[in-house]
Amino acid sequence: MPKTESTTLRVLLRLMPFAKKALPRISLGILAGIAAHMFALAIPQLLQDLVNDLVAGGVDALIPAVAVILALGLAEAIFVLLRRWLVLMPGTFVEADMRNALYARLQDLPVAFHDRWPSGQLLSRAISDLHLIRRWLSFGLVLFVANLVTIGFGLFLLFTFNFWLGLIFFVATVPIWVVGFLFEKKYKIVARLSQDQSGDLATRVEEAVHGVRVLKSFGRGLFAAKQFSSQAGELRQTELVKAKAVANIWLYLIMIPELAIGLSMLAGIWLVSTGELSVGALVAFFATTMVLRWPTESLGFLLSFTLEAKTATERFFEVMDEINPITDPEKPVSVSNPKGLLEFRNVSFRYPDAPSDQKALIEDVSLRIEPGESVALIGITGSGKTTLTALSTRLYEVSGGSINIDGVDIRDLSRHELRSHIAMAFEDATLFSSSVRDNILLGSDSGSEEDLKQAIEIAQAQFVYDLPEGLETTIGEEGLSLSGGQRQRLALARAVAAKPRILVLDDPLSALDVDTEAMVEDALRHVLTTTTALIVAHRPSTVMLADKVALLQEGRITAFGTHQELLKTSEHYRWVISSLDEEQKTREVNL
Amino acid sequence: MSLYGTNDEERTDLNKEESRFVRARSRRLLGSLLRPLRPRLVAAIALVLVSTGFRVAGPALIALGIDWGIPRALVQDFTPMWTVVVVYLSAAILTAILTYYFLMLTAKLSQAMLFDLRNRMFVHTQKLSVEFHERYTAGRVIARQTSDLESIGELLSGGLNELVVGGMFMIFTAAALLLIDPTSFLVLFGALLPLGLLTRWFQVRTNKGYRKQRVASSRLIQYFVETMTGIRAVKAFRKEPKNQEHFEGLTETYRKHNAHLIQLFGIYDPGLIMIGNATVAAVLLVGGFRVIEGDLGIGVLTAAILYARRFFDPMEEIAIFYNSYQSASSALEKISGVLEEEPTVPETQEPVKFESAQGKVRFEDAKFQYSAGPIVLHPFSLEIPAGQTIALVGTTGAGKSTLAKLISRFYDPSAGAVTLDDVDLRKISNRDLRREVVMVTQEAYLFSGSVAENIQLGRPDASMDDVIAAAKAVGAHEFILSLPDGYETDVNKRGGRVSSGQRQLISFARAFLANPAVLILDEATSSLDIPSERLVQQGLKTLLKGRTAVIIAHRLSTVTIADRVLVMEHGKIIEDGTPMGLAAGTGKFAALYSSWKASQV
Repeated sequence: MPKTESTTLRVLLRLMPFAKKALPRISLGILAGIAAHMFALAIPQLLQDLVNDLVAGGVDALIPAVAVILALGLAEAIFVLLRRWLVLMPGTFVEADMRNALYARLQDLPVAFHDRWPSGQLLSRAISDLHLIRRWLSFGLVLFVANLVTIGFGLFLLFTFNFWLGLIFFVATVPIWVVGFLFEKKYKIVARLSQDQSGDLATRVEEAVHGVRVLKSFGRGLFAAKQFSSQAGELRQTELVKAKAVANIWLYLIMIPELAIGLSMLAGIWLVSTGELSVGALVAFFATTMVLRWPTESLGFLLSFTLEAKTATERFFEVMDEINPITDPEKPVSVSNPKGLLEFRNVSFRYPDAPSDQKALIEDVSLRIEPGESVALIGITGSGKTTLTALSTRLYEVSGGSINIDGVDIRDLSRHELRSHIAMAFEDATLFSSSVRDNILLGSDSGSEEDLKQAIEIAQAQFVYDLPEGLETTIGEEGLSLSGGQRQRLALARAVAAKPRILVLDDPLSALDVDTEAMVEDALRHVLTTTTALIVAHRPSTVMLADKVALLQEGRITAFGTHQELLKTSEHYRWVISSLDEEQKTREVNL
Repeated sequence: MSLYGTNDEERTDLNKEESRFVRARSRRLLGSLLRPLRPRLVAAIALVLVSTGFRVAGPALIALGIDWGIPRALVQDFTPMWTVVVVYLSAAILTAILTYYFLMLTAKLSQAMLFDLRNRMFVHTQKLSVEFHERYTAGRVIARQTSDLESIGELLSGGLNELVVGGMFMIFTAAALLLIDPTSFLVLFGALLPLGLLTRWFQVRTNKGYRKQRVASSRLIQYFVETMTGIRAVKAFRKEPKNQEHFEGLTETYRKHNAHLIQLFGIYDPGLIMIGNATVAAVLLVGGFRVIEGDLGIGVLTAAILYARRFFDPMEEIAIFYNSYQSASSALEKISGVLEEEPTVPETQEPVKFESAQGKVRFEDAKFQYSAGPIVLHPFSLEIPAGQTIALVGTTGAGKSTLAKLISRFYDPSAGAVTLDDVDLRKISNRDLRREVVMVTQEAYLFSGSVAENIQLGRPDASMDDVIAAAKAVGAHEFILSLPDGYETDVNKRGGRVSSGQRQLISFARAFLANPAVLILDEATSSLDIPSERLVQQGLKTLLKGRTAVIIAHRLSTVTIADRVLVMEHGKIIEDGTPMGLAAGTGKFAALYSSWKASQV
């Protein structure tokens, strides 16, 4: 047991840097808590003499004694108030600081980290775990220490009433500790299991809702409901196991102190009858046990609270300790006015967590895009196009080789500067719940109205003017829902509005219909005359936007040149890009 | 009634009549959940009554011990002492055991209710029409089924016990005091006024506080989730500093509301202690005089003091759980609203017997518009003979998807009818309809699980060979084999690493496995690269033989495999003919076709 204690302690000590500022007030809070309990314990002491006086028929002592008891009661309340006042504010600041630190850390960690961690897991750390740590710091820790001191002192007082009565109570607390400890061990496991199971259940709900059209379309609603129901049944079983553990500890927490009181009554009456104990002392004894009852019962709960706080702390530091492989250099170089030469030199990439026998996703890719030139990246699904584009802004880090802008390795630039030179548009357009204006001007340094208008024009996103509140309409998660094509056009407008030297577009037009696509392409052509661009494309029409084409095949560039050149020289290229298959050709001949 | 179903569920300023309506609805739901559990409920109530009775008997027995046991023991008569002690010990053991059974029983009760409610919600949301899901948004449906159910679960499994046990304990304690010493009871009764005032103050303030805190926390959560799911865009557009600033603002607001709430507890808790201590002092003062005058035994006074002190013990917990009760009841109100919603596309009660379809689809003066909105599809009639492949062409908003959704009965027409093999779709059971008509959409949603399981969703009893055959038919076999674990690869674990084109291929295989008489492809090929699309098209050609198909596609390459093209505009079909026939004409399609051809290699 001491071993787990020490590791629990060691884990909790990691909170120190965050809790340091709050520590003086927390310590004072503990003292206030102890003081409050002491006042509560003093009341029965007075009762002893008072009762003895009453038994003797004395009336003079009553009013002063009641006055003192009232004063003590008031003092107890005031010190509880003080305890809460002392620990309240610092606790909430610690929580807020930790939350902000976690958020900053998560924004800094690379995309590869976020691929591994579902946002729900991160959310539970940022909200419930930190909430728990705060409550533990300002209540759990304070009460744990204060209650232990109180129990120790209370037991001592019980012994002063009478040795035997004290002993009975002392012995009775031991099984409570044992039961409490056994409960912890058992409860921790089921509690974790139930957490996991309800997480799985939530996932199933989420999927069934997001995929409701698929389930409906195939008539699989009941099939999914059956699976859900059996999972919900498992959770129910676990909850019942949990409830049984709780009911079990309550059995002992109620029974043991009551048994101790019953036995004390036996001993007490007998001791009074032999004259070894005064009636006043017996009454005071019972009153003291009443005061001690809650601190004793709370130990089990405080113990579990402490263990939960330990787990929460561990979960918090799991994220904070994560090593970020993609950081800013110590002395960042600056390319103040880049011409826009983008160069891939022998670049290779594999996911850091990929098994070693798996092939690299990008292998030995060299590609030079001159300032103002645009290159289309062509290849079948899974050939590594999207990965290659993500490498250029260090969303992922190259495993070998380097990527340079104007001859400077992008790892020598600060990430902030790098990403101000390169703007991206993703195929699955991410919109944030804010206004259309904010979404488009997200990466724009000027934020000017002119850039905004121009970007909307280029991306053929004029539909935004017809939205209920025009440019100020809130869109995204909690706002107006837009169609896939509309979202894509906004994402494109965003990339254009950033006015970067280099544009990286990942299949930016896939969800557009033919007419709109043609209009966007016309507008884009102007931008691309002066901007360096890397464009992932599927359709021949998009390829036409670019000056040159790079053909990606299983992570390697196997051909590079103009569209016409590749058509002549590369069979794979013809296969990838040409939509005129044999049958259609014959059909056209027949026309 | 304007609050029917999920209407206005986020309004907080309900008038009396409206809140009565909403509360009556959630009471009905609660009643229907409790009805099957009634015997157990009665047993639980009986258990808590008896066990609380035993528990409260303690101080009275101590009084008996002091006032009866001690004097008799002084004259060497130990029988009363033993009697009292044995009764006390038995009461202690019985209380503990009864409480144990009470807790187990309520756990079973609440878990049964929760299980029932979970299943009802799941099945009901699956039953509700697409129209509902489009209006209500996925986020809200998920919130109803997760965090709302959780808060009800929290109340049921923890809070309710405390509330019932604590409340009972207070009532029994007061009653016991009334029995052993009515005067002390009057003193305690006097304490109820400040107690009531303090509690009322606390409830009103925390109620407001909790509402604000919930709003603040949901803003915080929403912002957090959005950052994490959009992390690529956040990084690419250097949004981190702005985000950090905004997030810290949200954290601070949340912290303030939280601090305010704890502050309220910080006043309420010492307030309770103060009232408790004052009551004890008052009982002691009044009792002390009566002891001196010989009207009261010392033991009874002790018991009165103990009762007075214990009376206040559960108050703080009850106050806390009153809040969890409130959040649970507001959750229940919203859930009952969802359950009240009726599917706008209900399944027929008397389905026509439908063995296997030929696949003839007909629209008879069908029209579609949202309840009060503009007309999406003007009345039209159309017959699609069995086995024909139709391509729908037109700009966004022309009504193509709506037409497709009418065939798959995601919607019912506002007027007229849609028939399959001359049977109105509304008269076919869901089972039969979904077997014969399958729609594949652009989103290509994958469920967590293996690739094979995702394909199997098309026909759950399909063998592995069937699955592989389907994957081969749509040209997905190759890439699936190249995944780390082939068909057993978990799509969720590396969900980000299955590209959108690959997702579409998998959902194609799923549809092929389902083998329906009518297949609808709504933009189902938009993310495919050209070779994959070619593969799919080859698969399509073999598969569509003898099958009715409706294809919506932006790319004309897909359109060319159709037997017949319908060009749509503003909710009307404006051209209808074979692809080559239309291409050779002078209409809209001819223009599209020639511009497309120009863009080809």
